[in-house]
This record gives sequence, C-alpha cells and structure tokens, in this order.
Amino acid sequence: MAVGLLKKVGSDKILTEPLKHPDFFHLSELFSLKDLFDARVHLGHKIGCRHRLMEQYLFGCRLEQDILDLDQTMEHLQQALNFTAHVAYRRGIILFVSRNRQFTHLIESMARDCGEYAHCRYWQGGLLTNANVQYGKGVRLPDLIVFLSTLNNVFQQHVAVRDAAKMNIPTVGIVDSNCNPSLLTYPVPGNDDSGPAVELYCKLFRMTINRAKDKRRQMEILYGLKSQND
Amino acid sequence: MSKMAASSGRALKSFVQGCCGCSSVILPSIARNVILQKPAVTVLARLVCTSSTLQRKNIAAAGPEKYTQEFIKKQIEEFNIGKRHLANMMGEDPETFTQEGIDRAIAYLFPSGLFEKRARPVMKHPDEIFPKQRAVQWGEDGRPFHFLFYTGKQSYYSLMHDTFGKFLDIQKYQDSMRAEGLFSQDTKQVNLIGSRWMIKEELEEILVQPISDHDCLRFIQLLERILALPYCSIEEEYIQRFRRALEVQSKKQKIEPLQYDENEVAFSIGEGRRKTATATATVRDNGSGNITVNGVDYLLYFPVLQDREQLMFPFQFLDRLGKHDMECKVTGGGRSAQAGAIRLATARALLSFITENEVESMRQAGLLTPDPRVKERQKPGQEGARRKFTWNKR
Repeated sequence: MAVGLLKKVGSDKILTEPLKHPDFFHLSELFSLKDLFDARVHLGHKIGCRHRLMEQYLFGCRLEQDILDLDQTMEHLQQALNFTAHVAYRRGIILFVSRNRQFTHLIESMARDCGEYAHCRYWQGGLLTNANVQYGKGVRLPDLIVFLSTLNNVFQQHVAVRDAAKMNIPTVGIVDSNCNPSLLTYPVPGNDDSGPAVELYCKLFRMTINRAKDKRRQMEILYGLKSQND
Repeated sequence: MSKMAASSGRALKSFVQGCCGCSSVILPSIARNVILQKPAVTVLARLVCTSSTLQRKNIAAAGPEKYTQEFIKKQIEEFNIGKRHLANMMGEDPETFTQEGIDRAIAYLFPSGLFEKRARPVMKHPDEIFPKQRAVQWGEDGRPFHFLFYTGKQSYYSLMHDTFGKFLDIQKYQDSMRAEGLFSQDTKQVNLIGSRWMIKEELEEILVQPISDHDCLRFIQLLERILALPYCSIEEEYIQRFRRALEVQSKKQKIEPLQYDENEVAFSIGEGRRKTATATATVRDNGSGNITVNGVDYLLYFPVLQDREQLMFPFQFLDRLGKHDMECKVTGGGRSAQAGAIRLATARALLSFITENEVESMRQAGLLTPDPRVKERQKPGQEGARRKFTWNKR
C-alpha cells in the first residue's frame, strides 16, 4: 500500500513538474529569427488574397506581396511548440493534417518517425464527429491536431479545423496571409507554401516531439528510482 | 406488496433481455424496499418472449456480425474433430482426409436436390466460411498501431505512400546519375507484354480493405507515372507485384491426337452442337473434298447454298478445300442448326491437323466458339418470349 501511494505521488510529480517552468523543454534554442527568415517563412500571398483577420500579424507589404511579422511568429511558434511538447510528454495523440499535395510524403514520413499520426489525404466527413461509426467502438481521438496548412485544395478552410473545435480538441496551425486564424487555439502566422518553410516546420515538430518523449522517459526513470529509494 | 415488487422486477427483466427470441428469466424475489414474510429465495424460471420491435433495437444498423478470436478458434477445433469423425464414418484414414473427401462424404450423407449450389450443406474450414475481419486497431492505451490510422483507409494510403517513396528514390538515383554525368535515356525497360494491371477486386484482396474505383485508378496512374521514368527498372520487382499474367486463350483448346485407320490414312473426330442439333464429324486426310452427311451427299442433304457454305468455311479458312474427306452424322434441330453443328464439329476435328498459330487464328475467327443462342422460353402473361398480348384500351 505504501508502494502504491509512493507511485501515485511519483506520477503526480511527473505530471506537475513540467508545468512549473515556462520553457521546460528548452525549445527556444531550436530556432532563431534568422532561421525563419532563411526558410522564407515571412513571405505571404498577394494583397488580393489577404484575410481580414490576418492583418494583425502582418509586418507590411512590398510590391503587392504581404510580409508577416517574424517577431510575432517567434512568440506564437514558441507557445505552439511548447504546447505540443507538453502534449507529447503526457503521451497524447498528435495528428498532423495538411492538404498540400507537394508535402504529403514529407509530412507522413515525419509523423512515422516521431511515432505520431498523419492525415494528408482526402478528409472524409465524419472522421472526428462520427468516429464510432467510422473507426469502431471505443476509439481514442487525437489530443492535438497540428495543421501544416489550414486550407484544402479548393482554398477553403479545412473541415478539420471546425470539427476539432466541435470536439474540443486543441489545434495548432500554420496560418498564411489568406487563412482564417480564429478557430485555432495556437495559430502560428507563417508561410505554408514554400518547400524550405515546410521542411523547417517538420524538423521543428519532429525535434520537439522526440525531446518531449525522451524527457518523459528520463523523468519516469528518475522518479521511479526516487520512489523506490524513499 | 411482494407480488407487486416481483411483477415489476419481472417487467424490468423482460425489458432488459437480449434481442429477438425467448429467454429464460430467473427472478430474485428479494426486492429492495419491501419487507417479506417469506425469507426463502424462490427461483422461478419462466420463458419470456420478446422481439426487437418491443425493445426498439435497430438490428440492421448494428452492421454485420462480429466474430471474436475465441469463437473462430473454437469453430476450427470443432471442424477438425468433425473431420476425423467423418473420416471414421466413411472408413477412411483420419490423418490423410482431404477437403475433396469431405465434400464427397457430405454429398453422400446429405443428398440435396436444391438447384442453388450455395444452399446445399457444406463443411469447410471456418476461415473460408466466416468473412475475414479486422482485428482491433489500437493497443491498450488507445494509441492506434498504424501511423495512417486516422485517414480511415490505412492500408491503401500506406501503399500509396510506399509507392510514391519508390518514385522519389528513382528520381534521386536519376539526379545522382546526372551529377556523375552517366545519365542516358536508353536504359533497360520493364517488360509489360503478356501481363495486365491488377483489378480492383485483387487490390482489395491484398489490402483486406474495400476501396473505390477512383482509388484503384489513382494507384494505377501512379504506377504508370513511375514506368514513364527512364530508370524505372530499379523498382521493377516492386511494380511486377501489381501485374497479373494474361492467360493464353488458345491453350484452353483440347487438341485430340491424330488417329490412323487400317489404310494408314490419318483421321480425326470432332463433336459440335448448335441449338438442339448435335453432330459428329470424321475428317480424313488425303481426300478430295467429298462430304457425306448421314450417308447422303451434302448436295442432296443441304439444297440451300448457305448451309453448304457453312460446311465449307473451316476448310476454306485453312486453305485445305480439296485435301480432306468428311463424313458426319447429325440429329435434331433444323436446317441451319444442323449446318452450324457440323461446322463446329469439323473445326474441332481439324485442330489435330494444324499448327498452334493456326489454332489461335481459328479461335479469333470464331470457328471454335460454340454458339450459345437457344430458343428463349415463353413467359406467362405474354404470347411469346417477348411479344405481349394485344393492348386494349378498354
């Protein structure tokens, strides 16, 4: 009984310890403003495609092309990566969604390497809202959905954004200057169409998730040993 | 009061029973808030008949029945024991009792006159009878095993992912060849002759998952795109997995060997049918084009030119008009039917005399195909097979 209590205390410690630090996983060292600039993350679409709600994230426009504010992007990206790391630390299911056919293979390979899940294909209607019928009884839905592009092939907002909001699933999304950031919990203003930009995002997400999982294993060993010793 | 409690308990139990059919109910007579005079536990077993309509269960919406692993294992054990019993009954060795033996035994013990073959009694391995079902896709903690689980069609999309990976590998190889300066357009091509792409049903079998025509088409398009690249021979083995060999149709014809009669003359016999006429033709070598039908010359038996042309056609096709003698017997049918039957019989007889290429050309000319057209039956309420009775307005 004493061992059970100690185990419970240990598991509580594992879950509460990361919440005490603002940057428990040291994610700010993974990227810098120069990296974002070199990967062309600041480039948006033309003025005509601009979404009204994205005006707050714009630095300005040059020759009719919108430029996103990389300072804001840095803050938002930090918060989004931190949240992703915490979800992965607590063994949550992360689903990567993107409907950009150029990067489907890249994102699916990245998801497989992390041990998480990806959906870069045609989104069938009731995948989240009608999950029991689609998959089978007792399925576990994703705990976090990461959008590497919130638009689908017809340049409308992806159905998963709305469905995740309906099912109370938090979302992280890269929003370009033609996207609607309102329904996402952690929007990250950035370019979602260039190769280097998407490769950078993939690299960052992969590193955060691997770091979080390694940290979890470390903490379990640490607190498991501690509770045995006490 | 105890009676009321007991009856309400009974109503509750009957309400809660499983779907369609009767079930036996065991009633606890000790209710919660009631003081009983008789403390003894009286157990009554009574048949309660309910149906799905009473419980408002939508049977159809539940989907096809799911079989658990234990159930299937039990069925396999029962099947094996039953097989040994059957072998004992039939007096055969239980160790070497095959599926054909089982089929024969069942046909002997349970003779059935039903026309629908699938309705007859059958005893097969449970894997063939119960449809294959997918095992549960996720582990104890709820995390699915496959990284594309949330797409819904995981095996199909993982196949597409792997195939596209091969495509990218070929492109990388191409780039490395270009960098070294060894790039050339004329490289070993994949051999596609004599094979066809897989059809949707075969793909479904491989993936154990239903897919749509559109998905199958996309997959074939991706494979064709890979084949368009110059260095596709690297992944030839992977691509050949999705091709099926075409059967050579001419191999299906059974060619009887030539027989020789007392004068060392080669001859061959063929049989043919058309509508209700059956014909047997004997074609002899070293002849001069004499044709005898039922002991009568063909000119007398078939006064109409069209029928004689039908008889002549196989010889004319093979340029052997005056080289063979033919003798045939024909019964049933009418004038045209008998001519068609003899033509088919002659063509089959001539198969023994000619080469394989000529067999293939005969098959393509339609000389070896039996004509399946027969007289359609008359239906009740109509005058003939298709003709309806005269329509009266009043």
